[in-house]
Amino acid sequence: MKGPVQKLSAFVSSAAQAYGLRMRRRRHLWRSFRSRHALRVVKDRSGTIHRGDILCFMTVRNEMLRLPHFLDHHRKLGVDHFLIVENDSTDGTRDYLAAQADVSLWTTKASYKLSRFGLDWVTWLQMRHGHGHWCLTLDADELLIYPYWETRNLPALTGWLDDQGLEAMGAMMLDLYPEGPLSEAEIAAGGDPLTVMRWFDAGNYAVQVQDRMGNLWIQGGPRARLFFETEPRRAPTLNKIPLVRWDWRFAYVNSTHSMLPPRMNAVYARDGGEQISGLLLHTKFLPEIISKSAEEKTRQQHFANSALYEGYYDSVMSDPVLHCAASERLSSWRRLEALGLMSRGGWI
Amino acid sequence: MTVGFVMLCHTALDRAAQIARHWAERGCPVVVHVDRRVASKPYGQLVADLADLPNVRFSGRHACEWGTWGIVAASQEAATLMLRDFSDVRHVYLASGSCLPLRPVEELRTYLDERPKTDFIESVTTEDVGWTIGGLDFERFTLRFPFSWRKQKWWFDTYVKLQRMVRFRRKIPAELVPHLGSQWWCLTRQTLSAILEHPERAKIDRYFQKVWIPDESYFQTLVRQVSSTVESRSLTLSKFDFQGKPHIFYDDHLQLLRRSDCFVARKIWPDAVKLYGAFLSDDRSRQAAAEPNPGKIDRLFAKAVERRTKGRPGLYMQSRFPNENFENGRTAGPYSVFCGFADVFENFEIWLSKASGTRVHGHLFAPDRVYFAGGESVYNGALCDSAKVRDYNPKSFLTSLIWNTRGERQCFQFGPADTQKLNWFMSLDGNAQISVISGAWAVPLFHSNQNFSDIRREAARLQKIEQEFLNVLRSPYAKARVRVWSLADFIENPMEPLQTIIDEIGPRQGRRLTEAPRMADLTGFGQFLQNLRNQGMQPVLMGDFPVGDDPATKSTRRGRPYLVK
Repeated sequence: MKGPVQKLSAFVSSAAQAYGLRMRRRRHLWRSFRSRHALRVVKDRSGTIHRGDILCFMTVRNEMLRLPHFLDHHRKLGVDHFLIVENDSTDGTRDYLAAQADVSLWTTKASYKLSRFGLDWVTWLQMRHGHGHWCLTLDADELLIYPYWETRNLPALTGWLDDQGLEAMGAMMLDLYPEGPLSEAEIAAGGDPLTVMRWFDAGNYAVQVQDRMGNLWIQGGPRARLFFETEPRRAPTLNKIPLVRWDWRFAYVNSTHSMLPPRMNAVYARDGGEQISGLLLHTKFLPEIISKSAEEKTRQQHFANSALYEGYYDSVMSDPVLHCAASERLSSWRRLEALGLMSRGGWI
Repeated sequence: MTVGFVMLCHTALDRAAQIARHWAERGCPVVVHVDRRVASKPYGQLVADLADLPNVRFSGRHACEWGTWGIVAASQEAATLMLRDFSDVRHVYLASGSCLPLRPVEELRTYLDERPKTDFIESVTTEDVGWTIGGLDFERFTLRFPFSWRKQKWWFDTYVKLQRMVRFRRKIPAELVPHLGSQWWCLTRQTLSAILEHPERAKIDRYFQKVWIPDESYFQTLVRQVSSTVESRSLTLSKFDFQGKPHIFYDDHLQLLRRSDCFVARKIWPDAVKLYGAFLSDDRSRQAAAEPNPGKIDRLFAKAVERRTKGRPGLYMQSRFPNENFENGRTAGPYSVFCGFADVFENFEIWLSKASGTRVHGHLFAPDRVYFAGGESVYNGALCDSAKVRDYNPKSFLTSLIWNTRGERQCFQFGPADTQKLNWFMSLDGNAQISVISGAWAVPLFHSNQNFSDIRREAARLQKIEQEFLNVLRSPYAKARVRVWSLADFIENPMEPLQTIIDEIGPRQGRRLTEAPRMADLTGFGQFLQNLRNQGMQPVLMGDFPVGDDPATKSTRRGRPYLVK
């Protein structure tokens, strides 16, 4: 049994921790608010956003290869408006996006790394435009799918989440890869990457809970298997919370892996049941990753401690084969659900 | 004679208009009630949309908050209007704006014409319902509920507790026997008018205004007083999830809804274009009119509830990470752990794989790498053989392995030289079958070509680790099926334990073992243990080996397999 002293000290320490997280959230919000000066508006169509619209936020840099399919996929799902920050692109991304009728575009030449990997910019836009909307926050190489996604659009999903009293839905990143070396999986610009990236790792994910914010920490997949074999702790984080009914007080902490306030991280069931979750099909490993890795290795914008990831970049640049004998072929969402990579929760 | 529909609407009014028009154009009068909380503009639009239909009426509007009297008041008023204005109506069907007719109106009309006196209303006494939310069944009728369950949950709960504490009980009007049931009914004119014109209606209404969720009990209770033929089921297909919220039907439920043979379903997702298109079109080739049978699709809904509340055992993922002891099974299926067997027998893995027909791994938790069956470097689910990756999160490693190989039992070797982080996890796992030959780790040491002082140090270390492992297995909380033999006991009679284990792994096989695995040479092992003792170490786990007497080994090292009849 705990004595009164222990009880009191536990209470004090949990209160102190809650206060610390609150201050941290405010600090993020303040940074984001300040970062609005770094953004220059290219095309602001946010006036066309209606109540109840589903919004998609992201930061992009040189993504012409993926953007047409990305926009197409999420438009079909029912995203009404995209709010995008373009960071220093050189491949025509900006002009392409500015010409899209459902895109509001901002641009910046500021440092990606120093703006918490673009999060400050996006958080500002969410603060300004996201309040009360269901908001998707994605990268250009992520395609959201969820149970029944082919027959039920996002409004059906968010309507159901609202009915259930849920404020967010989690989705794990599923790294997709081609059968042969990365360089062979060519697609036409704007083509569907899923035509060449047909494989994934089905069951090598390490799951744990991080106590401080109560968020999951999932690592695994081909990158952990091949590039971080000797340092599994550094393997990329795969858990994400991309779909949130936004409130201007919310803030993502580390990409969309975790967010504040901490209750928003509870997108998983702790009582043995299953909550609903989707998947982010990760199309990172198109052939351009090889040249991009060389660039990122010198640019050092992607990791807090970039020097530690040089080995990773070197491995990717060597044009590896990620496919192995135990790889699983991408098929219907029902298969992905049966494999336990996502779940329908109570949705039927 | 026809059937009239009372529709209670509050959202997706365009869909409600479509349904009302569908029924009205096919000769069924419709009375529409729109929630008072709906703004006047969409309401005006709905009225305008239906203005051309002579047999559609709008009734006085009430605010219909869930669980409150408003819904009953709305039904009463609309039903009164229906009975007054449409004298050819014999059955009144209560529906909502998100209902969808699954079968043509003519079929419903014929069905009801064949049962002119029958009231279709689910009406069950409180003892017999299993679906009440919040644990309140009979107390719905005996307590007061001034607070909203959805918006003022704390006050609601506290006030209920307070009333229980002071033993407050409302008096149920003497003639009423409380019944509950789905709020979607279909009643005859006789029954409905008897309820609406009840001599004590004012008193009864006053009582029900304070009952919780009266729309599930008002008509359900009164119908028992006035009706001669109650068919206690609803003609409307309506399913509820574990929170008591109605399931919504989408386009992909088309076949499911067809199969149910029900007349009407709710709730339908307003954007389910395919559903509305399919069920409202006139050119439907129907099969022979079957009896409505929602039971056909019940299993699916029961499974959905189970998925949400119990989950899939042994799965740890983005939306399922149970707290310890809430797992409903720590792993996805049974598996077997063998400690010491590979030390005692020279070809144990091959032998076991043959004898049991399972996948047999080497030491999965060996310090240098993961020894998967067949020496593979990547296993099912793309688990890799790196010891570092495994040790980073051993629990995920084991649960993933068992999850990835569902339906195929996994066996693996384990020992004190392996990483010991999962001892408690396995010991508390009901799926684990752990068989230990204690002290068997001494056999490879005995055969090794090391300096005796190193052997002695290693023996002391392994013995300590295995002792701790055994303590964990012997914990009163252990759920694994644990069997422990000392090395001496085991080699005395190895076939019986092996037979027991194999039988447990594959009970369907039911055959006797004919071939034993080949036992390692133990000649001189007793002397080896004595040497350890002489050096000051006390080997205890392997049992009693007299010096110079090696009984078991004699029978197995003759090149002939050990046979058991």
